[in-house]
Amino acid sequence: MNYISIKNNQTIQLSDIPESNYESFYDMNLDLVRAHTERHCVNYFGYKVGNNIKLICCIADDSTHKILVSTCLVNKAHSLESFTPKLLCFEKFEREIHENFGINFIDHPWLKPVRYAFNRDDMSQTKENYPFFSIDSEELHEVGVGPIHAGIIEPGHFRFICNGEQILHLEIQLGYQHRGIEQLFIEKKKLLQRATLAEDIAGDTVVGHGTTFAHIWESLCGFKTTRDIEFARTLALELERVAIHVSDLSGACTDIAYQLGSSVFGRLRTPIINYLQEWVGSRLAKGLIRPGRNQFPFTPALAERLTQVLDIFEPEFKEMAEKLFMLPSALSRFERTGVVSNADAISIGAVGMTARMTNLNRDIRTSHPFSLYPELKHSPILKRHGDVYSRIQIRREEIEQSISYIRQLISNVPVPPLTQEKLKTPAPDSFCLSLVEGWRGEICHCALTDESGCLMVYKIKDPSFHNWLALALSVRNNEISDFPICNKSFNFSYSGHDL
Amino acid sequence: MFENLKIVFHQGKQFIPNVKTAIVPGIFRGRPIISREKVNEEELMALCPTDAISVNPVSIDLGKCTFCGECAMRFPKKISFTKDYKLASNVLDRLIIREGEDKAVEVNPEQVRKEIHRVLGRSLKLRQISAGGDNSCEMELNAANNVQFDISRFGIDFVASPRHADGIVITGPITKNMADAVQICYDATPDPKIIVLVGTDAISGGLFAGSPAIDRSFLSKYPVDLYIPGNPAHPLTIVNGLLDLTRKLK
Repeated sequence: MNYISIKNNQTIQLSDIPESNYESFYDMNLDLVRAHTERHCVNYFGYKVGNNIKLICCIADDSTHKILVSTCLVNKAHSLESFTPKLLCFEKFEREIHENFGINFIDHPWLKPVRYAFNRDDMSQTKENYPFFSIDSEELHEVGVGPIHAGIIEPGHFRFICNGEQILHLEIQLGYQHRGIEQLFIEKKKLLQRATLAEDIAGDTVVGHGTTFAHIWESLCGFKTTRDIEFARTLALELERVAIHVSDLSGACTDIAYQLGSSVFGRLRTPIINYLQEWVGSRLAKGLIRPGRNQFPFTPALAERLTQVLDIFEPEFKEMAEKLFMLPSALSRFERTGVVSNADAISIGAVGMTARMTNLNRDIRTSHPFSLYPELKHSPILKRHGDVYSRIQIRREEIEQSISYIRQLISNVPVPPLTQEKLKTPAPDSFCLSLVEGWRGEICHCALTDESGCLMVYKIKDPSFHNWLALALSVRNNEISDFPICNKSFNFSYSGHDL
Repeated sequence: MFENLKIVFHQGKQFIPNVKTAIVPGIFRGRPIISREKVNEEELMALCPTDAISVNPVSIDLGKCTFCGECAMRFPKKISFTKDYKLASNVLDRLIIREGEDKAVEVNPEQVRKEIHRVLGRSLKLRQISAGGDNSCEMELNAANNVQFDISRFGIDFVASPRHADGIVITGPITKNMADAVQICYDATPDPKIIVLVGTDAISGGLFAGSPAIDRSFLSKYPVDLYIPGNPAHPLTIVNGLLDLTRKLK
């Protein structure tokens, strides 16, 4: 087979990735993913090599815990056969490659712009001339929302085609948040700048993206992390999950006008993020994750304090959650609203909570475990209905699960070693891929270094990248008034998508 | 009914009674203090991810600082971050903390436009625009609205339309792709209107300052009324900054 099988966070030589022509690259990756729900594409991207484009495709296999990486060299002058008609999960990746390098994919059903990157191939493509789908009819009307929304949230444009109150189709146009972050990873040479950039990819997933970058950098530098470093990352990831899930429950209550739930869940986020501030000096844990370093060593005193915080948090959370999940007026808004089927989730390559709500078991914590997750023996929480209610249930149960993991972790606080190994420079001509399960789902970063060991390509994939399509599918045949609750129940990232 | 009352009872009083004197927990990185200690200044400058540190005299520009705390960690005798969360000012120069200085960052009332106190002193409705913000400042602005910080008790609210607003609050470095939307939103806001920048990315561009995907020309066209530093800005920094701007009478 013309691929190399690697583990999460493994660095390999660039030349170790087998290269084939596009036809065999296409057939092989198609065969790998088609009819194999345990496999999905975690990243598929291109970069310039002279006048040609090199494509790298990374397929994660959850059953063998390996990632299958293959590559091929193509030229802009030749049109390529598209994966998308056969495998919808390649849809966004191919659009991105088309936008960045101008490669034409034959038979791609909608080769539309992704984010209007500043260095896109065709500068004549602008937000103003985005080719929205439209249906000619006297009975239908279109509703445009955004880019600026009513609340304090990030920008994005939603275009609905409605039949009365009912949504027939939703098209999501993003790119407003594009800051050129992948390019900045190459241009900013200081490690601290890059670690800070990683934290800024999505400010709600500071620990998730920060840890992914730290893992990739440490692997490239051949650095062996100590237990205390991984302890801090695992703990912070779970605290981040609890904090955001609670505030999402608050958001869901706001969107169904349930004031008590909105206020109580909203304020319950505070003790968790204030605890992060006590530990690392930032409510969102900015500044905690640094490659090769334990920036804020966790102490038994901090563990005791965290136990106190959780002892107060837990009963208050449980009381409110029990009330919400027994409230008929709330449940009638959650149940059977915004449904995504299991088949749809598989076809779009959904990851994280968006996959798990349809009984699709995708969780990097078990499939490609990292940090201290192997010893936590994580078992993903799965729901079957794929509706708002399933998404809300997952949040509630994951909060309880995370708290039990946190308690388990802090019962045994590791002591930092007296001397810390020094971080070396990255290996030349290398490739590394890192997967982390953030609260939204799978985060994937890929890094390539050149012959002098400098960063040459940095590719970021937030779980929102392919999950946004799930939102568009979920609202079909729902009332447009249910859109806010559908959107909030997914809570995808705009900045993580637009980069 | 009883269950609801029980929940309300168990929650107790959550609001922070005095937002001006509240003490934040833990090791918050607020207003820095720079001592006159002699250090290798070049090394100190080179450390900063956003070039917020300059020398002669050694100073930190809070408009550029990402509050990562690296300088204080490497030069603990030179730089320390206090828990003072009052960091907002209407004058950019007041955001620059110089060595040997230990005075509060404040709004200069002389430079506040007169109509702000007269028209917006009791009620201020703001329209928020995220223009490349990473959702951290947005979350803290939302938190300023929650039952704890409860900014609406001061008559300050975030509204859904610029038509209902007295000003705009910008987060993020202002991306090219959002530049038009920012302009349209500002134009739609009735006069007199204010511009507030929240977070390092908005004030200076932060790490994104030189990015070709950024377009900050909007800011050179209009006066900015308030800068609220932070990465992200703490809700108490936001609340105090807005109160300082609108309530401080000459």
